[in-house]
Amino acid sequence: MGLPDTANTKENGTRRLPASGAWAKSAREDARARLAAVGMPVRRDEYWKYTRPDTLVADAAAPAAVFDHAGEVPLYDTIDRLKIVFVDGVFDAAASDPLELAGVEIERLEQAGQADIHWAKDVYGVLETRGQDPVLRQLATLNTAYAPDGVLIRVTGQAAKPVSLIYRHEDETSDAMLHHVIRLEPGADLTLLENGPSAARFNKVMEVDVGDGAAFHHVRAQGRDHERRAVTHVFARLGKESTFKSFTMTVNGRLTRNECVIEFTGDDAVAHVAGAAMGDGDFHHDDTVFVTHDAVNCESRQVFKKVLRNGATGVFQGKILVKAGAQKTDGYQKSQSLLLDDDAQFFAKPELEIYADDVACSHGSTSGAIDEEALFYLRSRGVPEILATDLLVLAFLADAIEEIENEEIADDITARLDAWLQRHRS
Amino acid sequence: MLKINNLQVKLEEEDKQILKGVDLEVPAGAVHAIMGPNGSGKSTLSYVLSGRDGYEVTGGGASLDGADLLELEPEERAAAGLFLAFQYPVEIPGVGNMTFLRTAVNAQRKARGEDEMSAAEFLKFIRAKAKDLKIDADMLKRPVNVGFSGGEKKRNEILQMAMLEPKMCILDETDSGLDVDAMKLVSEGVNALRDEGRSFLVITHYQRLLDHIKPDVVHIMAAGRIVKTGGPELALEVEHNGYADILAELA
Repeated sequence: MGLPDTANTKENGTRRLPASGAWAKSAREDARARLAAVGMPVRRDEYWKYTRPDTLVADAAAPAAVFDHAGEVPLYDTIDRLKIVFVDGVFDAAASDPLELAGVEIERLEQAGQADIHWAKDVYGVLETRGQDPVLRQLATLNTAYAPDGVLIRVTGQAAKPVSLIYRHEDETSDAMLHHVIRLEPGADLTLLENGPSAARFNKVMEVDVGDGAAFHHVRAQGRDHERRAVTHVFARLGKESTFKSFTMTVNGRLTRNECVIEFTGDDAVAHVAGAAMGDGDFHHDDTVFVTHDAVNCESRQVFKKVLRNGATGVFQGKILVKAGAQKTDGYQKSQSLLLDDDAQFFAKPELEIYADDVACSHGSTSGAIDEEALFYLRSRGVPEILATDLLVLAFLADAIEEIENEEIADDITARLDAWLQRHRS
Repeated sequence: MLKINNLQVKLEEEDKQILKGVDLEVPAGAVHAIMGPNGSGKSTLSYVLSGRDGYEVTGGGASLDGADLLELEPEERAAAGLFLAFQYPVEIPGVGNMTFLRTAVNAQRKARGEDEMSAAEFLKFIRAKAKDLKIDADMLKRPVNVGFSGGEKKRNEILQMAMLEPKMCILDETDSGLDVDAMKLVSEGVNALRDEGRSFLVITHYQRLLDHIKPDVVHIMAAGRIVKTGGPELALEVEHNGYADILAELA
């Protein structure tokens, strides 16, 4: 159970700490100390009951074939955005736009981490550490300790355009880690887009500090290289009257564990986290969400939809914790799976833990097959069975896709999902 | 147009015979009505003709303009010109009414080797049809039948019929759940579609629908068979005396 070497931190076969100055160095040392105390997750851990951590913690990444993306439906193509490209976890300056954007300061962790004083010091590893209680998330701590790069984004006003992180996968054995830190100053507004398969194995952490009245929109498309594995963590802290909205689409990938840890620290804030995942065959997708309400009159939504077939497995672990005093909390979690055949599996563990008496919290978890009545209705109008099934699958995912506020982006995501369906017609 | 010959049908899951030899022929341009008490097999007949699962044909057959209906998938029957207006139209959350209709119209055109309709053409076409049925833009945008009132659902069925322009329309208790005004509106929609190349089979419990959609021929169905056939006056007879007299007559 050693710590994994990552391709972008490996030098002559030995693990090395990324070079860093005062602020990043101390955060990394702290993470290493914490990690040494708790160790890595193991299969018998309750939090890893439905997803085996072994391939994520193994010393080396299992190779993953690079998928030919020619003919892929373009994503975010019509969106004017600032592109930042990482290839197998390594920053690609030639493919990236200059890191300049009105209303936003963008730096790379590798460079900014060497400064003595930096705003990111108050966030890097800080939100991750807060997210370790009451449940350990050691793979995020590992990331804080060893991630060599990532982006540090400070938003001071309305970002002139979305920031788009593109993760290419070109090396079959790549083992990448990235750590992003995003701080939205009060009233600031940013849309962050992510897409791409990243690496054979990818460990990513994103810490998002949303200031009072600020708004953060996040849309992510996890690439569909069939054999890739990924573990990602989003840690968000929400100030007063702030908004956090995150949507993730996952198609294929042998293993994906997306953890999202949200903490309300200011009153009247809103957090929505949604996901649409589709898997056929050797696919394991885990959405693990933990929302802590520690402020008054906040709204949280979790909307997760999975379409599974041919042995694919879906997992949802979602928790809403309402602390004493977090009155008028409005929390809801929905986790649903559509099982397209008898071999697909879905495990759902919705949890509510409430210490305030004036709250509205609930969850809905279902799994089922295609609605035969609806299918017949469509067919009776002349829609062929395959097309009717696709329509119903997209309809099932609609609740989650509706969480994307930008319609153009939502249409892009729908087109991607539709293309997947067309390729995977049985 | 529609020929049903000694059609015998049982439930797939249990040993229960529903249709025990139905004979029926609806010529092109004709409007036939089927009336009958509950459990006589009227709705089963409409489902079997449109290809719903759960039934097993144990004998006889049915054809539309010579094509063996029972050999075709539901979507192929639709493309061949068959349309069933459902007694209980299905709600489909997440599928917009407009998307649904456009997919259906173009799928049928494609199946018949015709060109698909462009978005602009389709929009023009549906607006005209929707207006006649007092279906507003909001109803077209909403998910199929979700949150529709009983009357709206039935109007939506007739809209689909108007858009798909089928040859053979089966209306399964289209009057159920409708108030007088809604029934009038729906009937006007149906009557507007009456044409010498188009036939109707109207299934109903009550004569009042037939005041609006005037049939050429009325059949009485009981215990899985057509037991009596006559003109429009047969419907009036049922209205006055119920089914008991007719059934007693046969006993």
